[in-house]
Amino acid sequence: MKKSVLASVIGALALGVAATGAQAETGACLITKTDTNPFFVKMREGAEAKAKELGITLNSYAGKVDGDNESQVAAIETCIANGAKGILITASSTSAIVPSVQQARDAGLLVIALDTPLEPVDAADMTFATDNFLAGELIGEWAKAKLGDEAANAKIAFLDLDVSQPTVGVLRDQGFMKGFGIDLADPNKWGDETDPRIVGHDVTQGNEEGGRKAMENLLAKDTGINVVYTINEPAAAGAYEALKAIGREKDVLVVSVDGGCPGVANIESGVIGATSQQYPLLMAAKGIEAIAAWAKDGTKPQATEGKDFFDTGVNLVTDQPVDGVKSISVEEGKKLCWG
Amino acid sequence: MSNTESFEDVVKTRREENFAEFSSETHGLLGRFHHALHTTPALVPLIVLVSAIAVFGIALGSKFFSPFALTLILQQVQIVGVLAAAQSLVILTAGIDLSVGALAVLSSVIMGQMTFRYGIPPFLAVVIGLAFGTAIGAVNGWLVSRVKLPPFIVTLGMWQILLAANYLYSANETIRAQDIEADAPFLQFLGTKVQMAGATFTLGVFLMIVLILGLAYALRSTAWGRHVYAVGDDPEAAQLSGVNVHRTLMSVYMVVGFICALAGWVMIGRFGSVSPSATTGVIGNIQSITAVVIGGISLFGGRGSIAGSFFGALIVGVFELGLRMAGADPQWTYLLIGLLIIAAVTVDQWIRKVTA
Amino acid sequence: MSVEPILKARNLVKRYGRVTALDRCDFELMPGEILAVIGDNGAGKSTLIKALSGAVQPDAGEIWLEGNKASFASPNDARMQGIETVYQTLAMSPALSIADNMFMGRELRKPGFMGKVLRKLDRPEMERIAREKLADLGLMTIQNINQAVETLSGGQRQGVAVARAAAFGSKVIILDEPTAALGVKESRRVLDLIVDVKSRGIPIILISHNMPHVFEIADRIHVHRLGKRLCVIDPKQHSMSDAVALMTGAKEPSPEEMAA
Repeated sequence: MKKSVLASVIGALALGVAATGAQAETGACLITKTDTNPFFVKMREGAEAKAKELGITLNSYAGKVDGDNESQVAAIETCIANGAKGILITASSTSAIVPSVQQARDAGLLVIALDTPLEPVDAADMTFATDNFLAGELIGEWAKAKLGDEAANAKIAFLDLDVSQPTVGVLRDQGFMKGFGIDLADPNKWGDETDPRIVGHDVTQGNEEGGRKAMENLLAKDTGINVVYTINEPAAAGAYEALKAIGREKDVLVVSVDGGCPGVANIESGVIGATSQQYPLLMAAKGIEAIAAWAKDGTKPQATEGKDFFDTGVNLVTDQPVDGVKSISVEEGKKLCWG
Repeated sequence: MSNTESFEDVVKTRREENFAEFSSETHGLLGRFHHALHTTPALVPLIVLVSAIAVFGIALGSKFFSPFALTLILQQVQIVGVLAAAQSLVILTAGIDLSVGALAVLSSVIMGQMTFRYGIPPFLAVVIGLAFGTAIGAVNGWLVSRVKLPPFIVTLGMWQILLAANYLYSANETIRAQDIEADAPFLQFLGTKVQMAGATFTLGVFLMIVLILGLAYALRSTAWGRHVYAVGDDPEAAQLSGVNVHRTLMSVYMVVGFICALAGWVMIGRFGSVSPSATTGVIGNIQSITAVVIGGISLFGGRGSIAGSFFGALIVGVFELGLRMAGADPQWTYLLIGLLIIAAVTVDQWIRKVTA
Repeated sequence: MSVEPILKARNLVKRYGRVTALDRCDFELMPGEILAVIGDNGAGKSTLIKALSGAVQPDAGEIWLEGNKASFASPNDARMQGIETVYQTLAMSPALSIADNMFMGRELRKPGFMGKVLRKLDRPEMERIAREKLADLGLMTIQNINQAVETLSGGQRQGVAVARAAAFGSKVIILDEPTAALGVKESRRVLDLIVDVKSRGIPIILISHNMPHVFEIADRIHVHRLGKRLCVIDPKQHSMSDAVALMTGAKEPSPEEMAA
């Protein structure tokens, strides 16, 4: 026992010394949902690189599992105790985290929500995120242009995220409809549209398994589906497997959102027709810059004009560009992709 | 603990030592240390705790060694601390309770929903939540004591049942902190802050400390407490020497259920909101067992003290905050805690080896 | 019979399914004596002892304690009525102290508010009594009343268990194989202890397989065979081989022994 206590104490000491050695003037925190999802790994890389460039000490924290609010609360408290100047957070629970965020802001920290807005959105000083509605709109427009006149007779499957309709999923879904020219009805939820071209909505949990199952369900409803909207690229890959199983993979348009490297590779190999690429690395880097500015002279970041958040941009990636829709090639997409 | 009493005994027995025939002399320094651990099992975690605070204090300087950061540890461990108090009781009876975290979360959800869904006054809602926790404890206790099912199995099942019931009942809806603050601030009562000289305490922290002190007293100085130890040590022997084993087990599981519901109330105070997907539901059992084991309570029952598991919870809290402040990868914390668990059990085995 | 037996049983019957463990068994324990109960394995001797200590409820038959009809619903019930049993396993909690074990199940509380409301144990008083009882029986070989029972030797534990049984004004003490797990030297000390308890006027029922021990300290020997009392013999007039022969059925008892 004595030995192991000693060992752990020495270990703790070594870590502590290593960390204090690098202690600089300005500290910042990055708090992500988990530290395993490639999206967050990329985010961390972006933040770390920018922090190093600006001479900011960055501490990164993550929940133990997706939805782990407790760990994020503890992380915020640590940042306050550490005297950090600002926090970048992708909240696991957008409403439950709010009191802790308020505590940090009261203590003079700049809090920026990354990727996912808090509830209410003004609970954070600013939100740095992808315009998910625009991301959906881009793939909707692309699909419509690709089909040309056939668009009027399209049969569309929607592979969404979850029955609880998280905001991100709703924005992308409704954006696609707007881009494709479908009447949205209530833009705050999906499933209330009456357009006959919609075969149906099903949920995927954003992974391959869910994507395949949802696609099978909708194909059972109508084998004539020729356009598939997917919430993200893993779901798209799952849908592709279901299509392949019945030999329809060549004549169905699959579109998606995210722009992860495996997703971009899937465009190259023809699994996905087009995807809207978002930029987690940029989100984090911009966030660090904002904290540096706040620490320097108290400047708060401004929202993108016409939006209630700071738009970190989105690009359509495809190797089948269509007229009237701006896009970048797979080559460029690969350079910018994450995960 | 009550050192004055045992001091007296030493003095008395010294006088009577001439009667002694098999006087077992203490065997040097190690023997005396062993004896000290045998009589005061909370000593080891206390030593670890103090050294951990010292090491982080030296490494991180005034940032860590400030009233703010040190009291922050108390706030961060309050839920696990309360759950560990409950877990200690069960483990002292040679049982284990895997349902503590889930019961805490469901109790908090019940307190919230009673108020927000049915419009029951918050005070009554809390009482209902506490009663619910106690009732679930009674079910666990009855299954363990009367139906004679192994506690591991009973509470493994109860854990899953409570988690599922929690999602079904709440529809996984979070009650927002702002709404609770506006309509039912009493639910957040235990989150009330008391500031003094940079130190921040919440009523939940005080509740945890009072609870630990109360249980320590009950376990040490009442017949009930002695019965809990006897039942954990050897239930058959306890039964034969006149202890009502069934009643003791029932009381333990019911008290545990009640304490878990209290932890649920503490959760509302700490997080402000009522969230059915709180991670405590899934990992609260492991966290509390970790604290108890690091605190030197034997999983075989009948040995250890509740103060030990409080220290155990604090050790985990100190490591987590210290390493987080140092910017270390959280995996280091888990690694060190893993080492501590194994070390703690090794010490337990060593203490049990009687060298009389 | 001039003296009334302190514990008497008549026609006890206990059946387990089709097995009759007690078959109209009689039993008598006289005041101030050590009565040994011997019998072959399976003779039903442990069922008899369980019936007398409340661990088993007989299907038929009657028990008298000090001349009054009695029935024991549980070992605790029997204990309340003055029948203390020292089990072969000793029924002690190894991690708890001697004092804790001696008072297990009948703890003393402090007087006044501390005891009534806070239910605080009166530790000094419990320790004082425990020490006194051990000293009475010459057991102060134990140096610290607060030491855990597991730190004691086998003989010392047996001593504490006997002291516990003798400490609470009991009328009858039942000792189940008290020397079975002990070495020669420790057995000797425990036998001395049993005689010591007897000299205080507490009658003892001794269950043992150890014939030399039985013949050394018993005043009378109850021989159990086929679920009932075969006879009661006087160890001074019989040899150990007689007893074994009676136990195993190799020898028939004389008529006056049958009547005893």
